[in-house]
Amino acid sequence: MSEEKYYVPEQSALPIFCATAMGVMAFGAANWVIDGGDGKIFLVGLALMTIVMYKWWSLVIEENMQGLVSPQLKHSYVLGMLWFIFSEVMFFAAFFGALFYVRVFVNAWIGGEASVALFDSTPTDAATANNDILWPGYERQWPVMETPDQAVNGDEAIFKGPDKNMSLPLWEYPASQWFSKLYTLLPWLPLWNTVILLSSSFTVHFAHMALKEGNRNVFLRYLGITVILGFFFLCLQVAEYYEAYVHYGLTLQSGIYGTTFFMLTGFHGAHVTLGTGMLLIQLIRGLKGHFSHEDQFGFEAASWYWHFVDVVWLGLFIVVYIFG
Amino acid sequence: MAHGPAEGITRWLYTTNHKDIGTLYLWFSFAMFLTGGFFAMVIRAELFQPGVQLVQPEFFIQMTTMHGLVMVFGAIMPAFVGLANWMIPMMIGAPDMALPRMNNLSFWILPFAFAILISTLFMEGGGPNFGWTFYAPLSTTYAPDSVNYFIFAVHIMGASSIMGSINIIATVMNMRAPGMTYMKMPLFVWTWLITAFLLVAVMPVLAGAVTMMLMDINFGTSFFNAAGGGDPVLFQHVFWFFGHPEVYIIILPAFGVVSQIIPTFSRKPLFGYSSMVYATAAIAFLSFVVWAHHMFTVGMPIAGELYFMYATMLIAVPTGVKVFNWITTMYRGAITYETPMLFCIAFVILFTFGGFTGLMLSVAAADIQYHDTYFVVAHFHYVMVAGAVFSGTAAVYYWLPKWCGRMYDETMGKLQFWLAFIAFNITFMPQHFLGLAGMPRRYADYGLQFADWNMVSSVGAFLYGGAQILFLYNVVRTIMHGEPVKEAKVWEGAEGLEWLVPTPAPYHTFTKPPVVISGAAGEDEWSISGATPHVAFKASPEAG
Repeated sequence: MSEEKYYVPEQSALPIFCATAMGVMAFGAANWVIDGGDGKIFLVGLALMTIVMYKWWSLVIEENMQGLVSPQLKHSYVLGMLWFIFSEVMFFAAFFGALFYVRVFVNAWIGGEASVALFDSTPTDAATANNDILWPGYERQWPVMETPDQAVNGDEAIFKGPDKNMSLPLWEYPASQWFSKLYTLLPWLPLWNTVILLSSSFTVHFAHMALKEGNRNVFLRYLGITVILGFFFLCLQVAEYYEAYVHYGLTLQSGIYGTTFFMLTGFHGAHVTLGTGMLLIQLIRGLKGHFSHEDQFGFEAASWYWHFVDVVWLGLFIVVYIFG
Repeated sequence: MAHGPAEGITRWLYTTNHKDIGTLYLWFSFAMFLTGGFFAMVIRAELFQPGVQLVQPEFFIQMTTMHGLVMVFGAIMPAFVGLANWMIPMMIGAPDMALPRMNNLSFWILPFAFAILISTLFMEGGGPNFGWTFYAPLSTTYAPDSVNYFIFAVHIMGASSIMGSINIIATVMNMRAPGMTYMKMPLFVWTWLITAFLLVAVMPVLAGAVTMMLMDINFGTSFFNAAGGGDPVLFQHVFWFFGHPEVYIIILPAFGVVSQIIPTFSRKPLFGYSSMVYATAAIAFLSFVVWAHHMFTVGMPIAGELYFMYATMLIAVPTGVKVFNWITTMYRGAITYETPMLFCIAFVILFTFGGFTGLMLSVAAADIQYHDTYFVVAHFHYVMVAGAVFSGTAAVYYWLPKWCGRMYDETMGKLQFWLAFIAFNITFMPQHFLGLAGMPRRYADYGLQFADWNMVSSVGAFLYGGAQILFLYNVVRTIMHGEPVKEAKVWEGAEGLEWLVPTPAPYHTFTKPPVVISGAAGEDEWSISGATPHVAFKASPEAG
């Protein structure tokens, strides 16, 4: 559990600069989104943050190279990374939870129906009144292609549903034709993104195994492939968003479907970007020879993060795309 | 490693020392406590008489909002993080927190976050005016522009909490001295470990909630807008999924403090140590599955009302275990009534009272009457103030001699206690009556039938504010001129590693891990390698 000697770092100016950068970024971001503000303050904060993060991680790597990091401290880093990933899981849980709540409950209630037939098979008075008085004409549907606003106000509506959604193309056909229509899946980008991201989870694992065996070249090759796959994923997601905005009429403003679709896949995409960046840095470190077959925490942390991002994608693929 | 603190201001700005950071947290939280208290004084001054006298309703609602936000996020939470920083490494025999630089970062985010938050009061359109629970659409469609500053301030204070909690978890899981097994950890450490877990689990959900607000306000999404297919009630679900664990985040460390202090002044080991640990874990688990009891009046299906009612009542069981254990610890103890003990006894009585009103509120049918009245305000001030704040005050009196090597003035301490205890009850007891009579919360004005009790409540509030000035005076006077204490064990009945290190605690407590000699919890022989083993109280009278 414990080592003979503890390493407590000397005092450091990095944390307070980091806090300052966060404060400037927070102030700047708020200033930016309010009409009339521009992003300059935020960008100053971001620049400061970039410098601090570079310095901070360089310092940690430096300490590790000097052998100052005891096995106990390394275990603290491991715990820190794992609990950080747990906090990320909970962040996504908030958005998945919102999606679930809207699909199962809100959608039924606005449409004047009972939500879960097991518990209440007849709609409550509130749900009926909701539909009759507030949103007459709205019918329960998912994806929401015609918003309650449109049901009431027609073309005057502020919130307009999309023309087309991102769900599995097979749903457009009756079940008997699914097999013969399997080819429609070929140009379906989410499927390719799933293939890419799942493969990358394997390649990063192969890289890890190679590193543990001390096989440096194989490690670098697989890690390089992983970074490229991550980059591919992001390119396809950009293509998908372009498609959505330009051809599907599907935007962030397209009612609750557009909201949940872009917020969930967008935050996932942001995390893929972060994960790819982490792995890229580990690749550079690998090229510099920072890792040995028994000391590789930086890489391991990045690879755990990558597996986490992959699991979130599987959740998205099932909930947002296949059963979207 | 430097042997002593650095000179000058950089000691505080650049520090990696858990004691320095704990001190920063404690002073910051006290400053916020006075700030939030000032807002409360404005509220109570306005409510002294019916009619609008001092502040306009638009400003009044900003005061109630900021009072809640500052007290919850700025005063109570950082106060307990400060205590955790000071005490956890000493209690488990660690040299410092697991990640000392991140520890400093967690603290220094807070002044920035609260500077941004409080500055909104001076912005065009005013500060947040939607209550500390910031329900949509009040906080989205109808909010002033400054809500965006509020959102990002919440984001960074959330980041601070998450980093602070990860640090505590890593410290407790990884830095315990040899022999300090989980079931031998002092209860304060246990409650903080579980609290930190709750924080890591729910602060990201709060971040999610404010992110949804940000998107709805600025980028045209419809999370909380039924026109686009969303629902304002969704906000309440996401918020309370954070918010209910949050109230246990506030009270669990308080439980820990009380579980340290009551055995000391009862001169008996804590009764039912392991049941205390399990009860804490049970409360933490239940906190995730009861959130919608804050929403009994939004129109949930009857199945939801019933589920959340029964689940909420279930929390009374582990909480009852705790209260039973505290009382049983005192039973037949050789009790002395020093200031920390007085605050803890008041805690047990008043917190239990607040728990019972909570039980009343958990009855869904009855809650329709109580909802959003002063009864709710009275309930949560009984658990927040008499719960968290009293135990925090007790903790400061209890550990202050260990921190600074000087003893506070017992007479002055008792004076503060009695003033705070009486003033607290004058302030909040009448609010139960006001609430049951139907006075709604968050209004600047009220009907004439509420006038008498409101005046009483306001008088109590001013007295309670005065008690805090006395507290500040006592602490400062102790640090500057208090009677020096030399004994390592400041209190006769105190147990635990923190009472084996010299008084005042050295800047770096342990450079080599101490060895904890085995024994059942509360009946240990604690020792520090090299030092003479200290034999603690051996067995409880029941066992003997």
